[in-house]
Amino acid sequence: MSEQVKDAILLASMPKALNGKEFTYCPGCHHGIVHRLVAELIDEFGLREKTLLVAPVGCSVFAYEFFDVDGTVAPHGRALAVATGMKRAKPEMFVLTYQGDGDLAAIGTAETIHAANRGERVTTVFINNAVYGMTGGQMAPTTLLGMKTTTSPYGRDPKREGYPIHMMEIMRALPGVAYAERVKVSRPQDVPKAKMAIKKAFYAQLLDVGFGIVEVLSTCPTNWGMDPVEASRWLEENMVKEFPLGVYVDKVTEVMKEKGVK
Amino acid sequence: MAKRTLGFIEIDQERCKGCGLCIDACPVNVIKFSEEFNSKGYHPAEYIGEGCIACQFCYYMCPDVCITVYKYKTPALSK
Amino acid sequence: MGEKIMVKGTEAIGEAAIRAGCKVYFGYPITPQSELTEYMSRRMPQEGRVFLQAESEVATVNMMYGASSVGVRVMTSTSSPGFSLMQEGISYMANARLPAVFVDVVRGGPGLGDIQPSQGDYFQVVKGGGHGDYRLPVYSPSSLQEAVELTIHAFDVADKYRTPVVIFADGMLGQMMEPVEFPDPVDPSTLPSKDDWALTGARGRKARYVTSFDIDPYKLEQMNLVLQETYKKIEAEEKKWEEFMTDDAEIIFVAHGTVGRIVKSTVKMAREKGIKAGLFRPISLYPFPYERLAELAEKVDIVMTVEMSAGQMLEDVKLAVMGRAETPFYGRLAGVIPTPAEILEAMMKEIRR
Repeated sequence: MSEQVKDAILLASMPKALNGKEFTYCPGCHHGIVHRLVAELIDEFGLREKTLLVAPVGCSVFAYEFFDVDGTVAPHGRALAVATGMKRAKPEMFVLTYQGDGDLAAIGTAETIHAANRGERVTTVFINNAVYGMTGGQMAPTTLLGMKTTTSPYGRDPKREGYPIHMMEIMRALPGVAYAERVKVSRPQDVPKAKMAIKKAFYAQLLDVGFGIVEVLSTCPTNWGMDPVEASRWLEENMVKEFPLGVYVDKVTEVMKEKGVK
Repeated sequence: MAKRTLGFIEIDQERCKGCGLCIDACPVNVIKFSEEFNSKGYHPAEYIGEGCIACQFCYYMCPDVCITVYKYKTPALSK
Repeated sequence: MGEKIMVKGTEAIGEAAIRAGCKVYFGYPITPQSELTEYMSRRMPQEGRVFLQAESEVATVNMMYGASSVGVRVMTSTSSPGFSLMQEGISYMANARLPAVFVDVVRGGPGLGDIQPSQGDYFQVVKGGGHGDYRLPVYSPSSLQEAVELTIHAFDVADKYRTPVVIFADGMLGQMMEPVEFPDPVDPSTLPSKDDWALTGARGRKARYVTSFDIDPYKLEQMNLVLQETYKKIEAEEKKWEEFMTDDAEIIFVAHGTVGRIVKSTVKMAREKGIKAGLFRPISLYPFPYERLAELAEKVDIVMTVEMSAGQMLEDVKLAVMGRAETPFYGRLAGVIPTPAEILEAMMKEIRR
């Protein structure tokens, strides 16, 4: 141990729930930030031995390789059906899905709405970067109007391509949802707030309240054609207007108070 | 002017992809891009050696979990 | 052994699954098998098991993927259009090596088709309706007693080889009522352990994952070779068929499932007319009993396939027969059920030629 370290207290380091494998994400991609928050929470709740992670098809298709928990990868869009199957078969497990916007809100819309509607005791982390990242930047259900992507080269036109889909607003209409919040992680101040949101989504499952989901507005520097810092600014200037941040459903906080947990 | 140094960070420079989010996040501008390349071909982030206030903002923003943050038991003052 | 009870096909299969220790059932209503789903919705909670009606067959198969991955016995039942929707999930389960039982109560197609019995999904079910180099063990019962036994057997085969397995039924089998003797329920403690691969939570061991994916083609090839090895074992050990009056036969019918049953009547009628007919009834459609059929084909001039399709199992018959005999075909399509008499007439035409 160096001289410096002996005189110091460790404040923050790689969570145990991450196995140390280098992330395969692009430089500056917010996936890494969110992975770390999820791992911190798995550590804090002591969930390593109970967690089942369902990775999606998308950039995070390898997510299970980075976490020191059991996991699988679902067919595109189907993570919430896979999670339902796992949780119904083994209710004592902690089931977590981690999905992108194409996965959760295009091909998987039915599975998402129905798992939420059934109030499945599973937790979903939903990364919304308004494009299909892995496949090279095609239009996604959450692509903004006017936004140019590789399959909307003229800019998204509502007459032709419809409107961006607002999943948290939809979650509000489903009684089975116990927690739904939209956050971002583009500034350091946002990060603890995002972590608290994900923590409450964890509690939705752990305290048996219902379905928990957090939508994280995220950058995709590579497919947006910007550097990571530019991309964060772009997100703040453009995505937040379209996808308002905030809590959309919260049946968890009062249960947390009742049970005396933070 | 004396600079407060309340802690320090260690950056895993091989893991770093030079994204710059930590540099952008640091409120006291004590992180910069290294002149050197790492084996991936990036200019990794580098702590200048003093002035860290142990706020953890760099740790919050690092998408590759390269940073470890320490706080000194007794803060240091340096020129 | 249990008592003999008069029971409907769909319910017999459901009860058999419960006796086999099926822990979880996911399903979606579709004619002609909705009663199986309904039966499970009543019986599974009675046994402390899990039932969930999914929002679609797409969701169903993925729920099965999840339940199987955590190590429990899981099944579904569906019909042709629903089975089509499940193909992606089945392909994933095949490469992820996840055991499960699918009951496909085949109906007339293609498309929306009708709700009458058919065998027109043979290619889809037996040759693989999903993408990739995989096969599924497929069993085709021709009576309810056989359906009960094969359903239980399917769970064992699924677990033994870590593969999805299909029971190829049809609407006639699903709706008919026959006396059936159910075996005693399986003792769950005698079931094979899945602790060496299932996602049971990383307690006291390294974290593991279940996947059908590897970005490195050489590693994916290795995964595929494991499947191919498994299929070789299945082909060596799991073939099933029935022979009816083949010893002295001069013309052999090949038919499976309920058509096999109909053709038995045809064989008897032919014998009354002095024609030495016999029936070779494949019970496992994969692995197909090529070798035995090839042996029988040596001894006869005609091997006549009868199906409720345009001739799908016919291709496997031709592969087995390999020119040793003529391989004519008689079939009805789209949900029409052939009668013993019309099959006999078709056979007579072939003999006269």
